[in-house]
Amino acid sequence: MQPSSSNFKPNAAAALADSTLQRALAKARSGFQSKRARARSELPEFDALCEQAKDIKNHTLAHLDLYLEIFEQKVTESGGRVHWARTPEQARKLILGICKEAGAHTITKGKSMVAEEIALNPALEAAGFQPVETDLGEYIVQIRKEVPSHIIAPAFHLTREQVEADFRRTHLDLDKDRSLTKPEELVAEARGILRDKFVKADVGITGANFLVAETGSSVIVTNEGNADLTHLLPRVHIVLTTIEKLVPNLSDVSGILRVLARSATGQDISMYTTFMTGPRRPGDPDGPEAYHVVLLDNGRSEMLGAEFQDMLRCIRCGSCINHCPVYGAVGGHAYGWVYPGPMGAVLTPSLIGVHEAGHLPNASSFCGRCEAVCPMKIPLPKMMRHWREREFEQGESPRIQRMSIKAWSWLARRPQLYRRVMGPLIGLLGEWGKRRGNFRWLPMAGQWLKHRDLAAPAGRSFHELWQLEQNRRIREADIRR
Amino acid sequence: MSSQSDRDAIIGAIRKNLGARGDEPGRRGRVRTRIERSPNGIIPERAGYDLAERIDQFTASLKSQGVTVEEVENLKALPGAIATILAEFNLPAQLRHGDDPLLATLDWSDTLIETQTGAAHLDDATSLSRAVTATAETGTLVLTSGTNNPSTLNFLPETHLVVLMTRDLCGSYEEAWDRIRAIYGRGNLPSTVNYVSGPSASADIEQTLVRGAHGPKRLAVFLVAEK
Ligand code: SF4
Repeated sequence: MQPSSSNFKPNAAAALADSTLQRALAKARSGFQSKRARARSELPEFDALCEQAKDIKNHTLAHLDLYLEIFEQKVTESGGRVHWARTPEQARKLILGICKEAGAHTITKGKSMVAEEIALNPALEAAGFQPVETDLGEYIVQIRKEVPSHIIAPAFHLTREQVEADFRRTHLDLDKDRSLTKPEELVAEARGILRDKFVKADVGITGANFLVAETGSSVIVTNEGNADLTHLLPRVHIVLTTIEKLVPNLSDVSGILRVLARSATGQDISMYTTFMTGPRRPGDPDGPEAYHVVLLDNGRSEMLGAEFQDMLRCIRCGSCINHCPVYGAVGGHAYGWVYPGPMGAVLTPSLIGVHEAGHLPNASSFCGRCEAVCPMKIPLPKMMRHWREREFEQGESPRIQRMSIKAWSWLARRPQLYRRVMGPLIGLLGEWGKRRGNFRWLPMAGQWLKHRDLAAPAGRSFHELWQLEQNRRIREADIRR
Repeated sequence: MSSQSDRDAIIGAIRKNLGARGDEPGRRGRVRTRIERSPNGIIPERAGYDLAERIDQFTASLKSQGVTVEEVENLKALPGAIATILAEFNLPAQLRHGDDPLLATLDWSDTLIETQTGAAHLDDATSLSRAVTATAETGTLVLTSGTNNPSTLNFLPETHLVVLMTRDLCGSYEEAWDRIRAIYGRGNLPSTVNYVSGPSASADIEQTLVRGAHGPKRLAVFLVAEK
């Protein structure tokens, strides 16, 4: 997908003004939070399991080269093939090659954020294939020619009425007077339409939630069962995934699965968790005849051993997104690329560059909720701060902001001078704002104050108050003595 | 197709950034141990109950997902129990199952049910599978692919019936994997292993859960007590 992350500010402004979007967001957001809280409270070991999940991933990342080699060997032993792609372009080429070799026409797809990352659908279409998204939410955004707005709920930004209108617009063979007012009716209609595609498909492409080195398996988690029909029915199955999805063994997957669904949708476990290991075996009556795993790097190996390595622990549960006040206000599309919310604000600059995505780490109120609800204990706010520093160093932030920060930091490193400049300034602001208690406008901060008020300072700086407090304590101690 | 050089470039970049060579005995040893032993991590208390409690927990968990759960005394009584459920669901007296030896021994002659075998056909209304194991901690059936229980039976028909021998009900996922390792050998799995914890569902429209997305709309589990 073509990134538009550099437009975060206008994107966000447009999202705030979009009343339909605001209605959809309001309906959707509260559910996820209360469900996760309940699931967590029902499993006393939840926090310990998160700590363990973090350790499992840290161990895997520290030995990633070795686990990848074992994984490749196990896939090959089970009759499958592993392909390596450094860039999105290479991954697209590999997949197009497999589809051509299979003489494919219809290609079913399970939800895959990596497929979005490499803009796979446009490439498949350009090469004459018909890719069909089979996850209901992903299917809806596909017929709207949009992209997912949430990593686990692609149609998070839409109301039922919008989906109804899209189905009436695109499913022209069906009775015009049919009722489509209930979600059940919409789901049933999509089931009917997609069943036909499942049967026709020559190639199925899915992502993977985990890769297991012990057995060479790809693990995929869904509620709909669409990934399973994508895996089982076509002649060829391609798993498109990335190198950091690895875990050592089946016990490790079991441990992480205990926190995945609970963090994501608040379920104890999703309806279907599937372990796919190679093609159908001789004599098997169903399953794919050929099985490929495309392993994409796309910048991830460069995150190892550096300040953003922790981000590679992410299991894409979406919890940080569900709890983010900024995402809750503007939705996913404002972020302008595949990964929205706090995890996107950290990951996107790593994958497409700080020049393109430098605004995203600023789209945070630093409330810290994302880190608190992340089952993999990823220090998201700290990493957003790292990106802000990088953006600053590379001169990507606006001039006036850079100059003020520079001036302030110069001043702050000179305590005497700082006090002499800031003392009177704070006194002045305190006097000025005394009556109202806050400011609605200040020179050079008009934009910032447009949607918030700044509390007026108490008229004395922290330094002064601290000094007073110290003096008071000394006096009291003197009296007692 | 991908070349050796892309593979080497990726592995090389990983090693460079981790400051590793790849042939360090310590690193290799740690990885080998972890693969060969798969040591268990934290097993939650709820995954460690005794059999009677496990049955209650398993049943309650599936029922909360809208699954029908029937306890059956022995295999002889199973066809009758299945016939009753099909009638209750208003379904035709037909079903398809695989070559599982246990299912092959079922005597349907006292029922009106016609059975067929093999992988699922598009117009099958009902399928019957045997779960090799299950875990009580989340009410999860574990099904494995092959001629005995073709995986398409788990997804294509609108109604999926699953037989589980009570003796195969584990507490935790880890125990279930140990059973599967005992069947297929350590490090090997069949082409497909499915965890099934309820009927197919989607919450993609306004986060409202609707059952019967792409897979079965209805799931019924028969717990057979026979030793
Ligand atoms: S960063 Fe954490 S909370 Fe966010 S999607 Fe990744 S694992 Fe989930």
